[in-house]
Amino acid sequence: MTTLLEFKDVDVHYGPIQALKKVSLDVKEGEIATMIGSNGAGKSTLLMSIFGQPRISSGQIIYRGEDISDKSAHYVASNGLAQSPEGRRIFPGMSVEENLLMGTIPIGMDHCDEDMQRMFELFPRLKERRNQRASTMSGGEQQMLAIARALMSRPKLLLLDEPSLGLAPIIVKQIFQILEDVASTGMTIFLVEQNANHALKLADRGYVMVNGEIRITGTGEELLVNPEVRDAYLGGH
Amino acid sequence: MSQQTKGINIVSALKDTVIAGLLSLIIFGPVVGVLLDGYDFTFQGADVAFIVSIVMAGRFAISIFSQTEFGEAFLYRQATKDDGVVVTAPGYKSRMRFIIPIMIVVGLLVPFIASKYVLTVVILGLIYVLLGLGLNIVVGLAGLLDLGFVGFYAIGAYGLALGYENLGLGFWSMLPLAAIMAAVAGAILGFPVLRMHGDYLAIVTLGFGEIIRLVLTNWTSFTHGPNGISAPLPTLFGLEFKRRSREGTPFHEFFGLPYDSAYKYIFIYLILLLVVLAVLYIKHRLTRMPIGRAWEALREDEIACRSLGLNHVLVKLSAFMLGASTGGLAGVFFATYQGFVNPSSFTFFESALILAIVVLGGMGSTIGVVIAAFVLTVLPEMLREFADYRVLMFGILMVVMMVWKPRGLVRVTRTGFATRKGSAK
Repeated sequence: MTTLLEFKDVDVHYGPIQALKKVSLDVKEGEIATMIGSNGAGKSTLLMSIFGQPRISSGQIIYRGEDISDKSAHYVASNGLAQSPEGRRIFPGMSVEENLLMGTIPIGMDHCDEDMQRMFELFPRLKERRNQRASTMSGGEQQMLAIARALMSRPKLLLLDEPSLGLAPIIVKQIFQILEDVASTGMTIFLVEQNANHALKLADRGYVMVNGEIRITGTGEELLVNPEVRDAYLGGH
Repeated sequence: MSQQTKGINIVSALKDTVIAGLLSLIIFGPVVGVLLDGYDFTFQGADVAFIVSIVMAGRFAISIFSQTEFGEAFLYRQATKDDGVVVTAPGYKSRMRFIIPIMIVVGLLVPFIASKYVLTVVILGLIYVLLGLGLNIVVGLAGLLDLGFVGFYAIGAYGLALGYENLGLGFWSMLPLAAIMAAVAGAILGFPVLRMHGDYLAIVTLGFGEIIRLVLTNWTSFTHGPNGISAPLPTLFGLEFKRRSREGTPFHEFFGLPYDSAYKYIFIYLILLLVVLAVLYIKHRLTRMPIGRAWEALREDEIACRSLGLNHVLVKLSAFMLGASTGGLAGVFFATYQGFVNPSSFTFFESALILAIVVLGGMGSTIGVVIAAFVLTVLPEMLREFADYRVLMFGILMVVMMVWKPRGLVRVTRTGFATRKGSAK
């Protein structure tokens, strides 16, 4: 398996505060990698730093053999990295279809029809609501829309920032079911989550981040049974 | 809330009435009641009593109305802040397809029916339609608050006047050139302000508008400063609309008509109408193209846009430049219509007026902007007697709008997107 995305000793500072400390990780083609950690651990910073927001202060971010640490956000997003951002960030005044259409910016409208059909098969709820304004949908549906929008650009690597944020447990379950379906199509996924239980069950490999450092690394199963992880993130039972 | 007590509460209505009466007494008492006469003053009690009684009667009526069932439902409808856009089904056909041809025909007939005075008022209205459409791209669609839009208007107007004086360029060559010049100015303004949002952007653009005006006022060797400068009239294939022409025959002699100064206004009107229609059409198409969608997406969520790979610099710049070039076009028409430009036409009040047109019409709504532009330019002309109260009325209108219709008179309706059948490649 080739490495798709690699962090090499990445430091990120917000002014005098160091948010990421010598973070090294990699995501291999075809796998689901996950990063778990509590509030403020630096998970979102890590994802955003891929897009240069904020810029890293030292180290390298390598995507498909190219150092992208000094590239602009839209350059990165146009080259096969798609993100479903934290808090969904769908376009509230636009219809579901128009939101999906916004996802095709990097690749143009050539595969638009075909991909939209694919999304509607993956997310039947979105098909029901295709002409509805996005802001009128429930949180779970909005999250589905955010994921579908990211997939519209036919990414090589799908980055997900807390897809379970603010959703009811039953909806979270649905979302993770869908992520499994997406992964089964061969999509590489890098998932950043607080919901360690779900994330580790889904993932092939996991990283645990504490205070901007990667503390523990292992396969999903390993981490699930790791006593330290269990105590900190899985309720210790 | 109990259902039984849902009657009309006269006491609270009376309370409102008394409060409104006292407030109006405070406001109108000194303004209307005290008439200065040299160093003396006379007290006009009757006028004050009249105004205050009108206010109180009005407040009482509103109080009662708002307590009736119909009134409650009406107020609720007005007050729901369901912001955003109404998206119709893809197959939806707007009633506008019947109205637009009628409006075009009416528009073409106006100059031959209306008097010269009415025509000049309508020309002014159309100029503001252009300005409103231009600012609508920047504020309504892209969501960039621009308080210095008058700067581009001034660039267009002075472009025509100075281009004629220094380079001998006439109306027809300056029309596209002024649009380009204004677009370049838009890009120059756009680059440094792209990182700013909201209030900061508003202040920078406000400064830009003032800079343009101050340069025009103070660079007397080039712009003739406050004295202003004359601007040429458009020509019809080289035929001029003056009484006497220095070179060639004037329009009326060529066609053997008696001289009438209305011809030039008719001609300006017809060109302007065509330009407005073209701009309307272009804008209509743009909002349905990816760039239009990108503007709206940028207004709704810039971070999401960037995470989707949208080059926000290009998108914002394109909005600024297109808006500015429309403003430039309006400036050219203003200059040729007035025959004369000076910096006092391009004060901040103009920017505020244009912004008011966009806000009043409904951010992003094309029809709304057209209607609002006419309302705000034609109405003051019709109500000449109340000219002193114009700004007051304007303020009241803005307050009422912001309270009840924050999204403007005409809600933006957009046909939902549907992929065309067989368009997949």
